[in-house]
Formats: sequence, structure tokens, C-alpha cells
Amino acid sequence: MEKFTVLNGIVAPLDRSNVDTDAIIPKQFLKSIRRSGFGPNLFDAWRYLDQGEPGLDCSKRPLNPDFVLNFERYDGASILLARENFGCGSSREHAPWALLDYGFRAILAPSFADIFFNNCFKNGILPVVLDPKAINELFKQVEALPGYRLSIDLPRQQIKTPDGSLHSFEIDAFRKECLVNGLDDIALTLRHVEDIRSYEKRRLQETPWLFQ
Amino acid sequence: MSGRTLYDKLWKSHVVRAENDSMALLYIDRHLVHEVTSPQAFEGLRLAGRKPWRVAANLAVADHNVPTTDRALGVTDPVSRLQIDTLDENCLEFGITEFRMNDVRQGIVHVIGPEQGATLPGMTVVCGDSHTSTIGAFAALAFGIGTSEVEHVLATQCLLAKKSKSMRVTVNHRLPEGVTAKDIALAIIRLIGTAGGTGYAIEFAGEAIRSLSMEGRMTLCNMAIEAGARAGMVAVDQTTIDYIQGRPFAPKGALWESAVLNWRTLKSDDDAHFDYEVCLDASKIRPHVSWGTSPEMVVTIDDCVPDPERETDPVRREAFERALVYMGLKANQPINTIRVDKVFIGSCTNSRIEDLRAAAGVVQGHHVAESVKQALVVPGSGLVKRQAESEGLDQIFTKAGFEWREPGCSMCLAMNADRLEPGERCASTSNRNFEGRQGSGGRTHLVSPQMAAAAAIAGHFTDLGAF
Repeated sequence: MEKFTVLNGIVAPLDRSNVDTDAIIPKQFLKSIRRSGFGPNLFDAWRYLDQGEPGLDCSKRPLNPDFVLNFERYDGASILLARENFGCGSSREHAPWALLDYGFRAILAPSFADIFFNNCFKNGILPVVLDPKAINELFKQVEALPGYRLSIDLPRQQIKTPDGSLHSFEIDAFRKECLVNGLDDIALTLRHVEDIRSYEKRRLQETPWLFQ
Repeated sequence: MSGRTLYDKLWKSHVVRAENDSMALLYIDRHLVHEVTSPQAFEGLRLAGRKPWRVAANLAVADHNVPTTDRALGVTDPVSRLQIDTLDENCLEFGITEFRMNDVRQGIVHVIGPEQGATLPGMTVVCGDSHTSTIGAFAALAFGIGTSEVEHVLATQCLLAKKSKSMRVTVNHRLPEGVTAKDIALAIIRLIGTAGGTGYAIEFAGEAIRSLSMEGRMTLCNMAIEAGARAGMVAVDQTTIDYIQGRPFAPKGALWESAVLNWRTLKSDDDAHFDYEVCLDASKIRPHVSWGTSPEMVVTIDDCVPDPERETDPVRREAFERALVYMGLKANQPINTIRVDKVFIGSCTNSRIEDLRAAAGVVQGHHVAESVKQALVVPGSGLVKRQAESEGLDQIFTKAGFEWREPGCSMCLAMNADRLEPGERCASTSNRNFEGRQGSGGRTHLVSPQMAAAAAIAGHFTDLGAF
């Protein structure tokens, strides 16, 4: 997993609440057995005017001129500004894979759905929860200023706006450590093999029917 | 010190190692696997030269992509076939038990786990699917995970998890005739919103919940995730124990006796403290119909489509307006005037035997309206299908003009050939009415099996009073 320390990037605003993972990556693209290549189909139903199917060359498809990611001013965006309950619905990790493949490394929202939030950390994406007022203010600023960028400093847990003002954010210390160091969860867990074995031994005594 | 909630008990008994105040390495007793969210996990395992930690803890089935038409024809879509073949190969390579497509035990992963007795009270159960919350009906801690976590569970039998806050939803009194667990779920989501349960594990309690069958409790817990809660659960009672006894994977003999003793403790203590409490009166719940593109956009059958003008919050108003355009509906339109093109009875929410019996009870003696292009019944598993056929339910459905299909996820998410065409409107017993969920441009209305059956016959949503 790629490390996440300081990210300075263009911000794209997605002004909708309850954006679900079906919208982030529609089901027809879940048939892939790979982890990569989902970026061109990110927000497929909103981004293109035709119906997306796996295998279509997206560079030749008609773009929806009204969809925010198709605005030239947001080209190369790596920070997504979003509304309440972002990533609700299906547990598909294809959603963070698609966001990452497109180029997003951080998402700012007033709230996230739990499974999506968790999946982000497994892929080096930083989901940041800010209070609704701060998010509202950022939406205003992004829309007012083409080329609007934010600087997100994960070690300091701070976001810096172009005018120099700072927003601090909370993050679980353990998750932060994993993200900052790009740690592989499985390798971390396998450091505790003895703990797992002794847990199993004890449970086998107490609740043997669980090990049939 | 106050007592412990059911969630506290389930959490504590599975902590292998506490990382800090809220994060822990949690032991996973049962891992259910399906074809869509597992291939990348198996690939990761292979690349790292790892093997499943405890092979017997895993149970696999293909459900999302499988055709619901004649199985003898195999899977014609090559992309779907590759995903199903990949699951078969991975299970074979790693020695994982899989119910293959032509096995009568094949079905929707959340239906077959309980049906086999493979998901037991007191277990932690995970699956790369958000509707794993279904299994919480058995007083298990069951939740959906992403593919990285699927790999993590395969490799270590553990997960790094953050403890949720606790919420209790108490549903007092009894449901009126014709009102179901689905309507309770929709009423709760309407009340607390689709993000109302975010960060919480919900315990459902109260007389109305105690009176539900296991099927009903599964329907309710299934939709906990639609209220934002990763896990929903119901305490163990005699209904739970009766359901499990005799199932193939359930403990037998002396082991059964000691398991039951243990399971009877799986309830919240009387003095347990919940971080949040919600109460509903079941006797006042009416059949629900969703009108929009989020499960919280739902009203009762005697109501009208809401008017965004009356919505004061600008973000919500815009969401309402967008939903009305997508759904092709007008504000203030009575729900019982909305006509449907297709009807889908199935999904991990409502495809169990009790759901099919309830729908058949409405259908019997009637015929699907001529204006309805397709009405599908998709049983949750091969065993549900067999049971329904032994009761003659298939005959009731087919005589009425329904199609009687093979088990799978089907039109709930349209990964196989069962889908809505753009603009088509569906009365669906599934769980999500998101844009494009049942097919690009398709319009979904979430309802109970009875309400779906009634809509199929009338051609529009209608109160069950007519049947």
C-alpha cells in the first residue's frame, strides 16, 4: 500500500448526499477479477451519456457535460469533496479501487458509511470527516476559485486552505500509523500468531461447537 | 456498573488482542465467500504464498452472477462465467467447501448460511457483502467487509475492527395483519435515515421482534445496513433455537445441549446501557412503499409522493427533486396510482420460504395484470425452491403468470440477465432503490412480498385490503 503523508492537490466538489457505492462503480464492472482498471468507470452512469459496459473504450464515449468531474477545471483532482453518508450501500471495495485508479487519494465529507470508510484505509485513501459547516465553507471556496487546491497533512492532522486557514481533523491513531507507514494489515496481524493460536485453544475448550 | 449489551458480549468474547481503546484484533468464526468480492483476495493470498488459516471456517457459493433460468445451459455470459469459474478453482485449490451451481444447497449466501446451520448464535460472521448483517438475527455479530478484509480473514482468521456504539431499536406491540418485518425495516429507516445507524451496531428488541419468525428477523437485520449500521442483531430465544436444531452444520448430541445453554445467555442484560435508543409502535405501522432513490425515501401505501417544496433543508430538497426526476414521479401523487412494469420477489431480504408463502397467499386465485411485462419469483436457495414446490407454491405463481426461477441474487442487483430496462418501474422485495441498481435507468420501489404480489395483480401499488 502506498504511504500517505502530505497531499497537495486539486479539489473536485461532488455536491450530493448519500452517494452510494453502486453510483461510484456500477455493478456491471464488478465482474472483473482484477483490482485495477476501474478508474474510467468511476461514477459511470453520471459521467457518460451512454450506457457503460465492461470492455467499452471509455475515451470514445460521450461525456455528460453537466457532471462535475468532466469540468476542465477539476482535471487532475486528487481530493474529492463530498456530502453526508458518502459511500453508503454495498461493501464493494471496487468503489475505493475506482476512486484510487481515477487519482483520488483523499475524500472530505461530513460523514461516511462505515464499510466504505474502512475500505479506504486498506487502499491508501484518506477519508476525512469534517463538521458540516467546514464542508459547506469548502464547497463555497472550491466553486468560487478555479484551480482550488488543499494541502492535507496527515501526520499533523491538518488541512490547509489557499488562504492559509487550517482545519484540524480526527483519525484513529492505529489507522493513522498504518496509512502514514503504508503498512500491510495482514503482515501486522501475523506478528500476533501466538495470540491467535492461544485464543483458538481457549475457545475450543469453552465453545467446541464453533470448531466442528 | 451497568450491565452489558448483547453486542458487548459478542465483541468481548472475540477479542484476540486489543490494539487500543476501540480497535481490536477480532476472531472470526465463520467466513462466507461469494464470487464477486473474493477473486482479488484469493489472488493476494497466492501472491504472498499464504494459505487459509482455518479452511473449515469458510463456506463458499456463487450467487450474484448465476443465471436464474435453466441451469443445464450453464452460464452464457463469458464475463460472469469467468468469475464463477474463478471461485470454483479457488475453492478447489484451497480446499474450501463450496455449493456449486447445480447443488440443491446453492443459493444466496445470506440465505444458505442460516439454512445449513452454518451461522450460529454467538459467532462472528463476515462476508464480502454488506447484507451479512442478515445473520445477526441469530444473535451473531455479523457484518460485511471489503475484499482486502476477505483476504485478511482468509490469511489470519481475524480482522482489525473498531468497536461500534450501541443502539437499541425497540418495536413494541404487535404488527397488524398484512404488515411485515420488511415494513418494520422501512419504518425504522424512514425514522432514523440511511445514515442514522452509521457507527452503531443495532439490537432490535420488543414484543413485535419477539413475535417475528427467524425469517422475519433476518429480513429486519438484513436492512440494518440500509439504516447505516454494519451490524443488526436480535437476542436468542426459543424461536432461534428451534430454527437451528437439526440443521446440517448445527451441533448435535451433547454438544447441542452445551451450545444451547451458552446461547441462552446471548441477550442484553436488563440494566445494559445503550448509546442511543429508538422506540416504535408496531400496531401503527402500515405497509410501506419507497418512492425515491434511497431507502429513507419511503412512505406508506395510503400516502402520497412527498413535495420537495415542503423540505426546508436545501441538500435534502435537491436530493428529493433529483429523485423525483429519476423516478419519473410527481410531487403529491398518491402512491396507489403508481403503475409498475415489472415485479421482483426475491433477494437476501425476502426470498425465504415464509416470504414465498406470504406472496403466494396474495396471488392465489388471481392473475398478473396485463400491463405488467414480467413478474419474477426467485427463491433464495435450491432448498427453499424445493420446499416451495412441495407445498405447491410454484403452481400458484406460474398459474397466475409469474415466472418461477432458479435461486440467486437476480434482479436485486442485476449482475445476471435479470434486469430492468431504462425507465422501467419495478415493485421489488429487495433492499436498495439506488439509481441504476436493478439495471441502468431502472426505477425501484421497495416493498414487502405481499405488497409486491398485490402490485403484480393490480398493475399498480395497492393496499392488501383488496385481497
